[in-house]
Amino acid sequence: MTSARIFLIGGLISYRALFGWLSPWVFIPSLLVAPIFQILLFVYIGRSAALESDEFYVIGNGIQYASIPCVFAMTNIIAGERFQQTLGSILVTPAPRLPLFVGRALPVVLNGFFVAAFGLVVGGLVVGIHVPATAIAPLVLVTAVSALSCTGLGLLSAGLGLIVRETAVLSNVLFGILLVCTGANVPLDALPDWLRMVAQGMPFTHGIEAARLVADGASAGDVAGLVGREALIGAIYAVAGYLLIHVLERHSRRHGTLERA
Amino acid sequence: MMRRTARLLWVGWLVHLKMLMRSAFNFWLGVVYPLFFASAAFLMFRSGDDPKPLLYASLGAAVMGIWGATSTSAGAALARERWLGTLELLVTAPAHFALILLPVTIAMATIGVYSMVATLIWGRLVFGIELHVADSLAFALAVPATVASIGALGFLLAVAFVRFRQAWALGNMLEYPVWLVSGFLVPLALFPDWVRPISWALAPTWGIGAIRGAALGGAPFGDIALALLLGGVYTAAGILLLERALRAARVKASLALS
Repeated sequence: MTSARIFLIGGLISYRALFGWLSPWVFIPSLLVAPIFQILLFVYIGRSAALESDEFYVIGNGIQYASIPCVFAMTNIIAGERFQQTLGSILVTPAPRLPLFVGRALPVVLNGFFVAAFGLVVGGLVVGIHVPATAIAPLVLVTAVSALSCTGLGLLSAGLGLIVRETAVLSNVLFGILLVCTGANVPLDALPDWLRMVAQGMPFTHGIEAARLVADGASAGDVAGLVGREALIGAIYAVAGYLLIHVLERHSRRHGTLERA
Repeated sequence: MMRRTARLLWVGWLVHLKMLMRSAFNFWLGVVYPLFFASAAFLMFRSGDDPKPLLYASLGAAVMGIWGATSTSAGAALARERWLGTLELLVTAPAHFALILLPVTIAMATIGVYSMVATLIWGRLVFGIELHVADSLAFALAVPATVASIGALGFLLAVAFVRFRQAWALGNMLEYPVWLVSGFLVPLALFPDWVRPISWALAPTWGIGAIRGAALGGAPFGDIALALLLGGVYTAAGILLLERALRAARVKASLALS
């Protein structure tokens, strides 16, 4: 019961806190306007390189941009608390860590889903791609699973935030890796072999592939395997992130390094 | 008077450049972040039907970092001084505030040279893109002219966003649009006609034109002149805006609160 309260109420307060900071003056330019221009940038590079269709880049970048809210916000659950000098107060509580951190991930997933969905819809309208109505429900599912999966990577990044001071650099580097390695812009078969292998373990790779197939007429059942792999990868990152937080929290207690990172 | 002004601009630029160079955030982000965009573009052009634009893209990607280093930081330049508690001191100093702010934004653009060099080395080592500069003198002029003009655009942004607490987000929002319409990676001919006047009004368009002209063989001096001219226009517009903003802030006592 206590865990459920921490999960729900902690998540709710975190959501309110997120939007206390994430005012419209930040949200609109960073999370609604910027992804549209990222989509346009790669659509035009794609046209210039005569590589793939506009739909390829709209879907790739629409979903990949969810990494900004998912990775940055999750990383900030540690770095932000440290900045506000509340990290010690949180970690000194006897609250079980699983509901504490997973509850804080919920608003991040919702926000990531919304940003990706907005990018897909508006980016698609601006560029003028056509997606059949039957594809909308599976696309919603794929986008939600992709946001969930990337939030798992964000939890791992949050754990690293216990030992890394420059978390903004870390988040930007993760964003860059996802930009190049997930097939969002560069077709997977155009990547070097080793990078293609890396891509198979990254969030978004299977989600983006599934979304493209769905937009081309595949049913939800046809892409169930890809969606399952996307969810599994997210779950592995989330478990790794949770364990990392657990280990580094103990390390920081033993060595007094909580505020030193 | 001229000598004092020149000294203030030089010292302001140097001090801020040293400060930015000691920031891990600025260094790593300045060097590494644009490499991801460059790599994505290189891989896309290499896989496309015609790999010839790879050299064109390599120069564009190199200059993208200069704007990337400027847009968000310049948007937040005044907010940062406000946060540090130094804004009032700088505004009330005997020197005109524009002479203090302009070298700050030019120093931000100068940090982008890190990324420019890193991107060219990355392109050479990883993608085998060989760059032979056709006109070294013109190239040596085009790079600082581009940096100065982008810094001046950053100055205008910093002043235009003075009333916004979250100005960094507005600066961040402008990163992609300028990359796009300045023709860093995509020829301007691909855009609809109505985009062209916007491109022409942006100094980075002429800056990258000058760098490409100098590197690949062309007529870069006209582009250098236009980049510098636009930089001058941005500076003049910024000074006029700054005068208005500071007068309003004094009347309403809103300098720290805006």
